[in-house]
Amino acid sequence: MFEPVLLKNVEIANGHLLSTYEAGGGYQALRKALSEYTPDEVVELVKQSNLRGRGGAGFPTGMKWSFVPKGADKPKYLCCNADEGEPGTFKDRIIMERDPHQLIEGLAVSGYAIGAETAYVYIRGEYVTAIRRLERAIAEAHEKGYLGRNVLGSDFNFAVHIHCGAGAYICGEETAMLESLEGKRAQPRLKPPFPAVAGLYASPTVINNVETLACVPHIVTRGAAWFRGIGPDKSPGPKLYCVSGQVRKPGLYELPMGIPLKELVEEHAGGPLPGRKIKAVIPGGVSAPVIPEHALEVGMDFDSLSAAGSMLGSAGVIVVDDSTCMVKVATRIIEFFHHESCGKCTPCREGLNWVVKVLRRIEAGEGAPGDLEQLDMLCKGIFGNTFCALGDGAAMGLRAALKHFREEFVVHIEEGRCPFH
Amino acid sequence: MSMREKIEQAAAAYPDQRSAIMPALVIAQKEHGHLPGPVLEEVADILGVERIWVYELATFYTLFHTEPVGKFHLQLCDNVSCMLCGSGDLLTHLETVLEIKKGDTTADGLFTLSTVECLGACEMAPVMQVGDDYHGNLDVARLDALLESLRAAAGRAAGVEHASQPMPGE
Repeated sequence: MFEPVLLKNVEIANGHLLSTYEAGGGYQALRKALSEYTPDEVVELVKQSNLRGRGGAGFPTGMKWSFVPKGADKPKYLCCNADEGEPGTFKDRIIMERDPHQLIEGLAVSGYAIGAETAYVYIRGEYVTAIRRLERAIAEAHEKGYLGRNVLGSDFNFAVHIHCGAGAYICGEETAMLESLEGKRAQPRLKPPFPAVAGLYASPTVINNVETLACVPHIVTRGAAWFRGIGPDKSPGPKLYCVSGQVRKPGLYELPMGIPLKELVEEHAGGPLPGRKIKAVIPGGVSAPVIPEHALEVGMDFDSLSAAGSMLGSAGVIVVDDSTCMVKVATRIIEFFHHESCGKCTPCREGLNWVVKVLRRIEAGEGAPGDLEQLDMLCKGIFGNTFCALGDGAAMGLRAALKHFREEFVVHIEEGRCPFH
Repeated sequence: MSMREKIEQAAAAYPDQRSAIMPALVIAQKEHGHLPGPVLEEVADILGVERIWVYELATFYTLFHTEPVGKFHLQLCDNVSCMLCGSGDLLTHLETVLEIKKGDTTADGLFTLSTVECLGACEMAPVMQVGDDYHGNLDVARLDALLESLRAAAGRAAGVEHASQPMPGE
Protein backbone atom coordinates (compact mmCIF):
# COMPACT_ATOMS: atom_id res chain seq x y z
CA MET A 1 0.00 0.00 0.00
CA PHE A 2 1.51 3.29 -1.10
CA GLU A 3 1.49 5.87 1.65
CA PRO A 4 0.48 9.31 0.37
CA VAL A 5 3.07 12.06 0.61
CA LEU A 6 1.59 14.98 -1.31
CA LEU A 7 -1.98 14.31 -0.14
CA LYS A 8 -1.02 13.54 3.47
CA ASN A 9 -2.86 16.59 4.82
CA VAL A 10 -5.63 16.71 2.27
CA GLU A 11 -8.06 14.40 4.03
CA ILE A 12 -7.32 15.86 7.48
CA ALA A 13 -9.76 18.39 8.94
CA ASN A 14 -8.16 21.85 8.90
CA GLY A 15 -5.30 20.55 6.77
CA HIS A 16 -5.04 24.03 5.31
CA LEU A 17 -4.05 25.66 8.59
CA LEU A 18 -0.46 26.35 9.59
CA SER A 19 -0.87 24.56 12.93
CA THR A 20 -1.87 21.33 11.14
CA TYR A 21 0.96 21.66 8.66
CA GLU A 22 3.54 22.26 11.41
CA ALA A 23 2.22 19.36 13.50
CA GLY A 24 2.91 17.04 10.55
CA GLY A 25 6.53 18.20 10.25
CA GLY A 26 5.81 21.16 8.00
CA TYR A 27 8.50 23.80 7.34
CA GLN A 28 11.23 21.43 8.60
CA ALA A 29 12.48 21.15 5.02
CA LEU A 30 12.84 24.92 4.78
CA ARG A 31 14.69 24.96 8.10
CA LYS A 32 16.96 22.16 6.91
CA ALA A 33 17.63 23.75 3.52
CA LEU A 34 18.54 27.12 5.04
CA SER A 35 20.77 25.69 7.77
CA GLU A 36 22.40 22.68 6.10
CA TYR A 37 22.54 23.40 2.36
CA THR A 38 23.85 26.12 0.09
CA PRO A 39 21.48 27.13 -2.71
CA ASP A 40 23.63 25.19 -5.20
CA GLU A 41 23.39 22.11 -3.03
CA VAL A 42 19.58 22.31 -3.10
CA VAL A 43 19.70 22.54 -6.91
CA GLU A 44 22.01 19.52 -6.98
CA LEU A 45 19.73 17.58 -4.65
CA VAL A 46 16.71 18.20 -6.87
CA LYS A 47 18.79 17.22 -9.92
CA GLN A 48 19.75 13.97 -8.18
CA SER A 49 16.09 13.25 -7.41
CA ASN A 50 15.21 13.23 -11.14
CA LEU A 51 12.11 15.31 -10.34
CA ARG A 52 10.39 16.25 -13.61
CA GLY A 53 7.89 19.05 -14.05
CA ARG A 54 4.33 18.05 -13.22
CA GLY A 55 2.69 20.76 -15.34
CA GLY A 56 2.77 18.69 -18.50
CA ALA A 57 6.11 18.87 -20.27
CA GLY A 58 8.07 16.76 -17.78
CA PHE A 59 11.26 18.82 -18.04
CA PRO A 60 13.84 17.98 -15.33
CA THR A 61 13.29 20.55 -12.57
CA GLY A 62 16.86 20.68 -11.24
CA MET A 63 18.20 21.24 -14.75
CA LYS A 64 15.70 24.05 -15.31
CA TRP A 65 16.89 25.72 -12.11
CA SER A 66 20.55 25.34 -13.11
CA PHE A 67 19.96 27.45 -16.26
CA VAL A 68 19.48 30.55 -14.10
CA PRO A 69 22.68 32.58 -14.50
CA LYS A 70 24.80 33.02 -11.39
CA GLY A 71 25.18 36.45 -9.84
CA ALA A 72 23.08 38.25 -12.43
CA ASP A 73 22.66 41.96 -11.72
CA LYS A 74 18.88 41.73 -12.16
CA PRO A 75 16.48 40.35 -9.57
CA LYS A 76 15.46 36.72 -10.13
CA TYR A 77 11.87 35.60 -10.04
CA LEU A 78 10.13 32.37 -9.20
CA CYS A 79 6.71 31.93 -10.78
CA CYS A 80 4.30 29.21 -9.83
CA ASN A 81 2.02 28.07 -12.61
CA ALA A 82 -1.30 27.52 -10.81
CA ASP A 83 -3.43 28.35 -13.85
CA GLU A 84 -4.60 24.77 -14.02
CA GLY A 85 -6.73 24.81 -17.15
CA GLU A 86 -6.06 21.54 -18.94
CA PRO A 87 -9.48 19.90 -19.09
CA GLY A 88 -9.58 16.88 -16.80
CA THR A 89 -7.08 18.33 -14.32
CA PHE A 90 -7.83 19.42 -10.75
CA LYS A 91 -4.83 18.35 -8.65
CA ASP A 92 -3.33 21.79 -8.07
CA ARG A 93 -6.67 23.19 -6.91
CA ILE A 94 -6.92 20.49 -4.26
CA ILE A 95 -3.35 21.09 -3.03
CA MET A 96 -3.99 24.82 -2.74
CA GLU A 97 -7.37 24.44 -1.06
CA ARG A 98 -6.45 21.73 1.39
CA ASP A 99 -2.71 22.08 1.97
CA PRO A 100 -1.53 25.52 0.83
CA HIS A 101 1.48 25.53 3.16
CA GLN A 102 2.96 22.60 1.26
CA LEU A 103 3.10 24.86 -1.79
CA ILE A 104 4.42 27.83 0.19
CA GLU A 105 7.22 25.75 1.69
CA GLY A 106 8.03 24.44 -1.80
CA LEU A 107 8.16 28.02 -3.08
CA ALA A 108 10.44 29.15 -0.26
CA VAL A 109 12.90 26.27 -0.69
CA SER A 110 12.91 26.67 -4.47
CA GLY A 111 13.31 30.46 -4.22
CA TYR A 112 16.31 29.92 -1.94
CA ALA A 113 17.80 27.46 -4.44
CA ILE A 114 17.60 29.79 -7.44
CA GLY A 115 18.32 33.02 -5.57
CA ALA A 116 14.87 34.62 -5.98
CA GLU A 117 13.47 36.97 -3.38
CA THR A 118 10.06 37.31 -5.03
CA ALA A 119 7.58 34.70 -6.16
CA TYR A 120 4.32 35.14 -8.02
CA VAL A 121 1.68 32.43 -7.88
CA TYR A 122 -0.37 32.74 -11.07
CA ILE A 123 -3.64 31.13 -10.06
CA ARG A 124 -6.75 30.90 -12.19
CA GLY A 125 -9.42 33.37 -11.14
CA GLU A 126 -12.17 30.74 -10.89
CA TYR A 127 -10.36 29.08 -7.96
CA VAL A 128 -11.81 31.44 -5.35
CA THR A 129 -11.51 29.05 -2.40
CA ALA A 130 -7.92 28.21 -3.29
CA ILE A 131 -7.08 31.90 -3.62
CA ARG A 132 -8.54 32.73 -0.19
CA ARG A 133 -6.83 29.80 1.50
CA LEU A 134 -3.49 30.65 -0.11
CA GLU A 135 -3.81 34.32 0.88
CA ARG A 136 -4.48 33.33 4.45
CA ALA A 137 -1.64 30.81 4.45
CA ILE A 138 0.80 33.41 3.11
CA ALA A 139 -0.21 35.77 5.94
CA GLU A 140 0.23 32.98 8.51
CA ALA A 141 3.65 32.04 7.10
CA HIS A 142 4.71 35.69 7.25
CA GLU A 143 3.73 35.96 10.89
CA LYS A 144 5.78 32.90 11.78
CA GLY A 145 8.86 34.05 9.87
CA TYR A 146 8.66 31.42 7.10
CA LEU A 147 8.29 34.27 4.62
CA GLY A 148 9.44 37.89 4.69
CA ARG A 149 12.78 39.39 5.61
CA ASN A 150 15.42 37.07 7.09
CA VAL A 151 13.45 33.86 6.77
CA LEU A 152 13.92 31.81 9.98
CA GLY A 153 16.77 34.11 11.03
CA SER A 154 18.81 33.51 7.85
CA ASP A 155 19.89 36.17 5.36
CA PHE A 156 17.31 34.88 2.86
CA ASN A 157 14.44 37.28 2.10
CA PHE A 158 11.38 35.94 0.35
CA ALA A 159 7.95 37.32 -0.55
CA VAL A 160 5.06 35.47 -2.22
CA HIS A 161 2.39 37.34 -4.18
CA ILE A 162 -0.77 35.95 -5.74
CA HIS A 163 -1.71 37.01 -9.27
CA CYS A 164 -5.18 35.96 -10.37
CA GLY A 165 -5.72 34.82 -13.93
CA ALA A 166 -8.93 35.71 -15.71
CA GLY A 167 -9.94 32.75 -17.81
CA ALA A 168 -7.33 32.10 -20.49
CA TYR A 169 -6.11 28.52 -20.94
CA ILE A 170 -3.10 29.78 -22.86
CA CYS A 171 -1.66 31.18 -19.61
CA GLY A 172 -0.61 27.63 -18.82
CA GLU A 173 2.04 28.13 -21.53
CA GLU A 174 4.86 29.62 -19.49
CA THR A 175 5.80 32.56 -21.69
CA ALA A 176 2.14 33.49 -22.21
CA MET A 177 1.84 33.46 -18.43
CA LEU A 178 4.77 35.87 -18.18
CA GLU A 179 3.11 38.19 -20.69
CA SER A 180 -0.05 38.05 -18.58
CA LEU A 181 1.91 38.79 -15.39
CA GLU A 182 3.37 41.81 -17.12
CA GLY A 183 -0.17 43.04 -17.77
CA LYS A 184 -0.43 42.08 -21.41
CA ARG A 185 -2.67 39.80 -23.43
CA ALA A 186 -1.49 36.24 -22.88
CA GLN A 187 0.29 35.35 -26.09
CA PRO A 188 3.36 33.12 -26.12
CA ARG A 189 6.81 34.60 -26.67
CA LEU A 190 9.42 33.54 -29.16
CA LYS A 191 12.14 31.42 -27.52
CA PRO A 192 15.06 31.96 -27.09
CA PRO A 193 15.65 33.80 -24.90
CA PHE A 194 14.34 31.24 -22.44
CA PRO A 195 12.74 32.49 -19.22
CA ALA A 196 15.69 31.28 -17.12
CA VAL A 197 17.76 33.98 -18.84
CA ALA A 198 15.16 36.63 -19.68
CA GLY A 199 11.69 35.94 -18.30
CA LEU A 200 9.51 38.16 -16.14
CA TYR A 201 10.48 41.83 -16.66
CA ALA A 202 13.38 40.46 -18.77
CA SER A 203 14.90 39.03 -15.57
CA PRO A 204 15.99 35.44 -14.93
CA THR A 205 12.82 33.51 -14.11
CA VAL A 206 11.91 29.97 -13.19
CA ILE A 207 8.35 28.77 -13.75
CA ASN A 208 7.24 25.62 -11.95
CA ASN A 209 3.90 23.91 -11.53
CA VAL A 210 2.17 23.65 -8.11
CA GLU A 211 2.66 19.89 -7.78
CA THR A 212 6.31 20.16 -8.82
CA LEU A 213 6.96 22.73 -6.09
CA ALA A 214 5.02 20.61 -3.58
CA CYS A 215 7.47 17.74 -4.20
CA VAL A 216 10.52 19.86 -3.29
CA PRO A 217 10.19 19.95 0.53
CA HIS A 218 9.80 16.16 0.62
CA ILE A 219 12.98 15.73 -1.42
CA VAL A 220 14.86 17.94 1.03
CA THR A 221 13.48 16.07 4.05
CA ARG A 222 13.72 12.51 2.79
CA GLY A 223 16.50 12.74 0.23
CA ALA A 224 16.94 12.32 -3.51
CA ALA A 225 17.38 8.54 -3.31
CA TRP A 226 14.02 8.13 -1.58
CA PHE A 227 12.30 10.11 -4.34
CA ARG A 228 14.10 8.28 -7.13
CA GLY A 229 13.15 4.97 -5.52
CA ILE A 230 9.45 5.56 -6.23
CA GLY A 231 8.46 4.47 -9.76
CA PRO A 232 10.74 4.45 -12.81
CA ASP A 233 14.24 5.84 -12.24
CA LYS A 234 14.05 8.36 -15.09
CA SER A 235 10.54 9.53 -14.27
CA PRO A 236 10.15 8.96 -10.53
CA GLY A 237 8.27 10.17 -7.51
CA PRO A 238 4.84 10.23 -5.98
CA LYS A 239 2.28 11.41 -8.53
CA LEU A 240 -1.18 12.91 -8.43
CA TYR A 241 -3.63 11.40 -10.92
CA CYS A 242 -6.93 13.19 -11.60
CA VAL A 243 -9.54 10.64 -12.65
CA SER A 244 -12.84 11.81 -14.12
CA GLY A 245 -15.47 10.94 -16.70
CA GLN A 246 -17.42 7.70 -17.00
CA VAL A 247 -15.93 5.83 -14.06
CA ARG A 248 -17.30 4.67 -10.70
CA LYS A 249 -14.99 6.58 -8.37
CA PRO A 250 -13.74 9.80 -9.95
CA GLY A 251 -11.25 11.60 -7.76
CA LEU A 252 -7.65 12.53 -7.03
CA TYR A 253 -5.31 9.60 -6.46
CA GLU A 254 -1.73 9.72 -5.25
CA LEU A 255 0.24 6.71 -6.44
CA PRO A 256 3.76 6.05 -7.68
CA MET A 257 4.77 7.27 -11.11
CA GLY A 258 4.53 4.54 -13.69
CA ILE A 259 1.56 2.56 -12.39
CA PRO A 260 -0.36 0.94 -15.24
CA LEU A 261 -3.24 3.08 -16.50
CA LYS A 262 -5.45 -0.01 -16.34
CA GLU A 263 -4.74 -0.50 -12.64
CA LEU A 264 -5.45 3.19 -11.93
CA VAL A 265 -8.77 3.16 -13.72
CA GLU A 266 -10.05 -0.32 -12.94
CA GLU A 267 -8.76 -0.93 -9.41
CA HIS A 268 -8.30 2.46 -7.78
CA ALA A 269 -11.06 4.35 -9.57
CA GLY A 270 -13.48 1.42 -9.52
CA GLY A 271 -13.72 0.68 -13.25
CA PRO A 272 -16.61 1.45 -15.60
CA LEU A 273 -20.13 2.41 -14.60
CA PRO A 274 -22.58 -0.51 -14.13
CA GLY A 275 -23.41 -2.20 -17.42
CA ARG A 276 -20.85 -0.24 -19.40
CA LYS A 277 -17.45 -1.05 -20.87
CA ILE A 278 -14.45 1.25 -21.07
CA LYS A 279 -13.83 2.29 -24.65
CA ALA A 280 -10.87 4.61 -24.30
CA VAL A 281 -8.96 6.74 -21.81
CA ILE A 282 -7.38 10.15 -22.26
CA PRO A 283 -4.35 9.88 -19.93
CA GLY A 284 -3.08 13.43 -19.50
CA GLY A 285 -5.70 16.08 -20.14
CA VAL A 286 -7.29 16.70 -23.53
CA SER A 287 -3.94 17.56 -25.15
CA ALA A 288 -2.88 13.94 -24.63
CA PRO A 289 -3.75 11.50 -27.43
CA VAL A 290 -6.48 9.04 -26.47
CA ILE A 291 -5.55 5.45 -25.64
CA PRO A 292 -7.93 2.68 -26.76
CA GLU A 293 -9.05 0.07 -24.22
CA HIS A 294 -6.74 -2.68 -25.50
CA ALA A 295 -3.64 -0.56 -24.75
CA LEU A 296 -4.43 0.43 -21.15
CA GLU A 297 -1.54 -1.58 -19.70
CA VAL A 298 0.76 1.38 -20.42
CA GLY A 299 2.65 2.82 -17.43
CA MET A 300 1.65 6.30 -16.24
CA ASP A 301 4.99 8.07 -16.53
CA PHE A 302 6.51 10.50 -19.00
CA ASP A 303 8.63 8.01 -20.95
CA SER A 304 6.19 5.08 -21.12
CA LEU A 305 3.31 7.23 -22.36
CA SER A 306 5.55 8.99 -24.84
CA ALA A 307 6.67 5.62 -26.21
CA ALA A 308 2.99 4.65 -26.53
CA GLY A 309 2.33 7.73 -28.66
CA SER A 310 0.60 9.74 -25.97
CA MET A 311 1.77 11.79 -23.00
CA LEU A 312 1.46 12.06 -19.24
CA GLY A 313 0.73 15.77 -19.52
CA SER A 314 -1.03 16.95 -16.39
CA ALA A 315 -2.25 13.43 -15.54
CA GLY A 316 -5.86 14.38 -16.16
CA VAL A 317 -7.25 10.91 -16.79
CA ILE A 318 -10.61 11.02 -18.56
CA VAL A 319 -12.47 7.74 -18.93
CA VAL A 320 -14.78 7.26 -21.90
CA ASP A 321 -17.16 4.30 -22.06
CA ASP A 322 -18.94 2.45 -24.85
CA SER A 323 -22.08 4.61 -24.63
CA THR A 324 -20.17 7.63 -25.90
CA CYS A 325 -19.55 8.82 -29.44
CA MET A 326 -15.86 9.46 -30.08
CA VAL A 327 -16.69 11.98 -32.82
CA LYS A 328 -18.58 13.99 -30.23
CA VAL A 329 -15.63 13.80 -27.81
CA ALA A 330 -13.16 14.80 -30.53
CA THR A 331 -15.41 17.68 -31.62
CA ARG A 332 -15.73 19.01 -28.07
CA ILE A 333 -11.95 18.84 -27.59
CA ILE A 334 -11.25 20.76 -30.77
CA GLU A 335 -13.96 23.32 -29.91
CA PHE A 336 -12.07 23.90 -26.67
CA PHE A 337 -8.71 24.45 -28.39
CA HIS A 338 -10.32 26.68 -30.99
CA HIS A 339 -11.95 28.79 -28.26
CA GLU A 340 -8.68 29.06 -26.33
CA SER A 341 -6.42 29.78 -29.29
CA CYS A 342 -4.80 33.12 -28.52
CA GLY A 343 -5.01 34.19 -32.15
CA LYS A 344 -1.32 34.90 -32.57
CA CYS A 345 -0.46 32.39 -35.30
CA THR A 346 -2.42 31.38 -38.37
CA PRO A 347 -2.24 27.53 -38.32
CA CYS A 348 -3.80 27.43 -34.86
CA ARG A 349 -6.28 30.30 -35.23
CA GLU A 350 -7.56 29.47 -38.72
CA GLY A 351 -6.74 25.76 -38.85
CA LEU A 352 -8.72 24.90 -35.73
CA ASN A 353 -11.66 26.97 -36.95
CA TRP A 354 -11.71 24.87 -40.09
CA VAL A 355 -11.33 21.60 -38.16
CA VAL A 356 -14.26 22.50 -35.89
CA LYS A 357 -16.51 23.13 -38.90
CA VAL A 358 -15.67 19.76 -40.47
CA LEU A 359 -16.07 17.85 -37.19
CA ARG A 360 -19.40 19.50 -36.40
CA ARG A 361 -20.85 18.56 -39.76
CA ILE A 362 -19.66 14.96 -39.43
CA GLU A 363 -21.21 14.68 -35.94
CA ALA A 364 -24.44 16.23 -37.26
CA GLY A 365 -24.66 13.57 -39.98
CA GLU A 366 -23.78 16.03 -42.71
CA GLY A 367 -20.28 14.79 -43.41
CA ALA A 368 -19.13 14.24 -46.97
CA PRO A 369 -16.70 11.81 -48.60
CA GLY A 370 -13.23 13.33 -48.34
CA ASP A 371 -13.88 14.96 -44.95
CA LEU A 372 -11.56 12.59 -43.11
CA GLU A 373 -8.78 13.18 -45.62
CA GLN A 374 -9.38 16.90 -45.14
CA LEU A 375 -9.00 16.46 -41.36
CA ASP A 376 -5.76 14.53 -41.92
CA MET A 377 -4.52 17.35 -44.12
CA LEU A 378 -5.48 20.00 -41.57
CA CYS A 379 -3.73 18.14 -38.73
CA LYS A 380 -0.61 18.01 -40.87
CA GLY A 381 -0.86 21.72 -41.51
CA ILE A 382 -1.23 22.55 -37.83
CA PHE A 383 1.16 20.10 -36.14
CA GLY A 384 4.68 21.46 -35.84
CA ASN A 385 3.72 24.72 -37.52
CA THR A 386 2.28 26.65 -34.57
CA PHE A 387 3.95 29.16 -32.30
CA CYS A 388 3.34 27.16 -29.12
CA ALA A 389 2.17 23.70 -28.07
CA LEU A 390 -1.57 24.53 -28.05
CA GLY A 391 -1.97 23.75 -31.75
CA ASP A 392 0.23 20.67 -31.47
CA GLY A 393 -1.91 19.33 -28.62
CA ALA A 394 -5.07 19.82 -30.63
CA ALA A 395 -3.64 18.11 -33.72
CA MET A 396 -2.13 15.20 -31.76
CA GLY A 397 -5.42 14.52 -29.98
CA LEU A 398 -7.43 14.55 -33.19
CA ARG A 399 -4.92 12.36 -35.01
CA ALA A 400 -5.19 9.73 -32.28
CA ALA A 401 -9.00 9.80 -32.42
CA LEU A 402 -8.89 9.45 -36.23
CA LYS A 403 -6.39 6.61 -35.97
CA HIS A 404 -8.01 4.52 -33.25
CA PHE A 405 -11.67 5.27 -33.95
CA ARG A 406 -11.69 5.97 -37.68
CA GLU A 407 -14.50 3.48 -38.18
CA GLU A 408 -16.84 5.64 -36.04
CA PHE A 409 -16.11 8.68 -38.19
CA VAL A 410 -16.70 6.63 -41.36
CA VAL A 411 -20.07 5.36 -40.07
CA HIS A 412 -21.18 8.94 -39.35
CA ILE A 413 -20.41 9.95 -42.92
CA GLU A 414 -21.75 6.84 -44.63
CA GLU A 415 -25.00 6.64 -42.65
CA GLY A 416 -25.48 10.40 -42.48
CA ARG A 417 -26.17 10.31 -38.74
CA CYS A 418 -24.56 9.79 -35.36
CA PRO A 419 -25.06 6.12 -34.46
CA PHE A 420 -25.10 7.03 -30.75
CA HIS A 421 -28.18 9.22 -30.96
CA MET B 1 -11.37 51.18 1.39
CA SER B 2 -12.15 53.01 -1.84
CA MET B 3 -11.63 51.36 -5.21
CA ARG B 4 -8.61 53.60 -5.76
CA GLU B 5 -7.05 52.56 -2.45
CA LYS B 6 -7.67 48.88 -3.15
CA ILE B 7 -6.07 49.16 -6.58
CA GLU B 8 -3.07 51.08 -5.26
CA GLN B 9 -2.58 48.45 -2.56
CA ALA B 10 -2.70 45.65 -5.15
CA ALA B 11 -0.25 47.49 -7.39
CA ALA B 12 2.37 47.53 -4.63
CA ALA B 13 3.09 43.84 -5.34
CA TYR B 14 4.65 44.68 -8.72
CA PRO B 15 7.64 46.67 -9.92
CA ASP B 16 5.61 47.78 -12.95
CA GLN B 17 2.14 49.39 -12.85
CA ARG B 18 1.09 47.62 -16.04
CA SER B 19 1.18 44.30 -14.13
CA ALA B 20 -1.50 45.65 -11.81
CA ILE B 21 -4.09 46.05 -14.57
CA MET B 22 -5.51 42.54 -14.14
CA PRO B 23 -5.86 42.77 -10.34
CA ALA B 24 -7.30 46.28 -10.78
CA LEU B 25 -9.92 44.97 -13.20
CA VAL B 26 -10.88 42.25 -10.71
CA ILE B 27 -11.37 44.95 -8.05
CA ALA B 28 -13.29 47.23 -10.41
CA GLN B 29 -15.56 44.42 -11.58
CA LYS B 30 -16.36 43.46 -7.99
CA GLU B 31 -17.25 47.10 -7.34
CA HIS B 32 -19.32 47.77 -10.46
CA GLY B 33 -20.61 44.32 -11.48
CA HIS B 34 -19.15 44.73 -14.96
CA LEU B 35 -16.60 46.88 -16.77
CA PRO B 36 -18.11 49.59 -18.97
CA GLY B 37 -15.85 52.07 -20.77
CA PRO B 38 -15.79 54.76 -18.08
CA VAL B 39 -14.72 52.21 -15.44
CA LEU B 40 -11.88 51.03 -17.69
CA GLU B 41 -10.78 54.63 -18.11
CA GLU B 42 -10.87 55.17 -14.37
CA VAL B 43 -8.68 52.08 -13.85
CA ALA B 44 -6.20 53.39 -16.43
CA ASP B 45 -6.11 56.77 -14.73
CA ILE B 46 -5.61 55.32 -11.23
CA LEU B 47 -2.65 53.22 -12.44
CA GLY B 48 -1.33 55.88 -14.79
CA VAL B 49 -1.19 53.45 -17.72
CA GLU B 50 -2.36 53.65 -21.33
CA ARG B 51 -6.12 53.18 -21.71
CA ILE B 52 -5.62 50.78 -24.61
CA TRP B 53 -3.66 48.46 -22.29
CA VAL B 54 -6.68 48.26 -20.00
CA TYR B 55 -9.18 47.81 -22.86
CA GLU B 56 -7.19 45.00 -24.44
CA LEU B 57 -7.07 43.00 -21.20
CA ALA B 58 -10.76 43.58 -20.43
CA THR B 59 -11.66 42.15 -23.84
CA PHE B 60 -9.07 39.33 -24.01
CA TYR B 61 -9.80 37.52 -20.74
CA THR B 62 -13.17 35.77 -20.44
CA LEU B 63 -13.69 36.46 -16.73
CA PHE B 64 -13.94 40.18 -17.42
CA HIS B 65 -17.37 41.39 -18.54
CA THR B 66 -17.72 44.59 -20.50
CA GLU B 67 -21.50 44.01 -20.67
CA PRO B 68 -23.78 43.66 -17.63
CA VAL B 69 -24.45 40.16 -16.28
CA GLY B 70 -27.32 38.95 -14.11
CA LYS B 71 -27.25 38.94 -10.33
CA PHE B 72 -26.35 35.26 -10.50
CA HIS B 73 -24.05 34.18 -13.29
CA LEU B 74 -24.66 30.48 -13.92
CA GLN B 75 -21.47 29.15 -15.47
CA LEU B 76 -22.04 25.55 -16.47
CA CYS B 77 -18.95 23.61 -17.49
CA ASP B 78 -19.54 21.62 -20.68
CA ASN B 79 -16.01 20.46 -21.34
CA VAL B 80 -15.29 16.76 -21.86
CA SER B 81 -15.52 15.38 -18.29
CA CYS B 82 -18.74 17.28 -17.56
CA MET B 83 -20.14 16.44 -20.99
CA LEU B 84 -19.52 12.73 -20.30
CA CYS B 85 -21.42 13.11 -17.02
CA GLY B 86 -24.49 14.80 -18.49
CA SER B 87 -23.87 18.56 -18.69
CA GLY B 88 -25.77 18.64 -22.02
CA ASP B 89 -29.03 17.63 -20.31
CA LEU B 90 -28.44 20.20 -17.58
CA LEU B 91 -28.00 22.96 -20.16
CA THR B 92 -31.25 21.96 -21.88
CA HIS B 93 -33.00 21.99 -18.51
CA LEU B 94 -31.65 25.42 -17.56
CA GLU B 95 -32.64 26.87 -20.94
CA THR B 96 -36.15 25.44 -20.50
CA VAL B 97 -36.85 26.54 -16.93
CA LEU B 98 -35.20 29.95 -17.28
CA GLU B 99 -36.72 30.46 -20.75
CA ILE B 100 -33.46 31.84 -22.14
CA LYS B 101 -30.69 30.58 -24.37
CA LYS B 102 -27.10 30.28 -23.18
CA GLY B 103 -25.40 33.64 -23.26
CA ASP B 104 -28.61 35.45 -22.30
CA THR B 105 -29.93 37.03 -19.11
CA THR B 106 -33.44 36.53 -17.71
CA ALA B 107 -35.81 39.49 -18.05
CA ASP B 108 -35.77 40.08 -14.28
CA GLY B 109 -31.97 40.40 -14.42
CA LEU B 110 -31.56 37.56 -11.94
CA PHE B 111 -29.77 34.92 -14.01
CA THR B 112 -27.21 34.97 -16.81
CA LEU B 113 -26.60 31.54 -18.31
CA SER B 114 -23.19 30.66 -19.79
CA THR B 115 -21.32 27.54 -20.64
CA VAL B 116 -17.65 27.68 -19.71
CA GLU B 117 -14.50 25.69 -20.36
CA CYS B 118 -13.15 23.27 -17.75
CA LEU B 119 -13.52 24.63 -14.19
CA GLY B 120 -10.89 22.25 -12.84
CA ALA B 121 -13.31 20.33 -10.63
CA CYS B 122 -13.86 17.25 -12.80
CA GLU B 123 -13.97 14.94 -9.77
CA MET B 124 -17.44 16.42 -9.08
CA ALA B 125 -18.63 16.61 -12.71
CA PRO B 126 -20.98 17.93 -13.87
CA VAL B 127 -20.11 21.19 -12.18
CA MET B 128 -21.35 24.78 -12.32
CA GLN B 129 -19.88 27.94 -10.85
CA VAL B 130 -22.23 30.58 -9.48
CA GLY B 131 -20.43 33.66 -8.22
CA ASP B 132 -17.55 32.42 -6.07
CA ASP B 133 -19.01 28.98 -5.44
CA TYR B 134 -18.70 25.63 -7.21
CA HIS B 135 -21.70 23.31 -7.25
CA GLY B 136 -20.78 19.75 -8.21
CA ASN B 137 -22.33 16.33 -8.83
CA LEU B 138 -25.30 18.12 -10.31
CA ASP B 139 -28.45 16.52 -11.66
CA VAL B 140 -31.77 18.07 -12.61
CA ALA B 141 -33.17 17.80 -9.06
CA ARG B 142 -30.08 19.42 -7.48
CA LEU B 143 -30.12 22.11 -10.14
CA ASP B 144 -33.76 22.95 -9.37
CA ALA B 145 -32.99 23.12 -5.64
CA LEU B 146 -30.04 25.41 -6.34
CA LEU B 147 -32.13 27.77 -8.50
CA GLU B 148 -34.76 27.85 -5.76
CA SER B 149 -32.21 28.77 -3.09
CA LEU B 150 -30.74 31.49 -5.31
CA ARG B 151 -34.20 32.95 -5.94
CA ALA B 152 -34.90 32.87 -2.21
CA ALA B 153 -31.58 34.60 -1.47
CA ALA B 154 -32.41 37.31 -4.03
CA GLY B 155 -35.88 37.71 -2.48
CA ARG B 156 -34.40 38.15 0.98
CA ALA B 157 -31.87 40.69 -0.29
CA ALA B 158 -34.64 42.61 -2.10
CA GLY B 159 -36.78 42.52 1.07
CA VAL B 160 -33.97 44.07 3.10
CA GLU B 161 -33.46 46.77 0.49
CA HIS B 162 -37.17 47.54 0.40
CA ALA B 163 -37.37 47.73 4.19
CA SER B 164 -34.52 50.20 4.49
CA GLN B 165 -35.03 52.21 1.32
CA PRO B 166 -38.68 52.26 0.17
CA MET B 167 -38.85 52.73 -3.57
CA PRO B 168 -40.61 55.90 -4.68
CA GLY B 169 -44.29 55.27 -5.30
CA GLU B 170 -44.36 51.98 -3.38
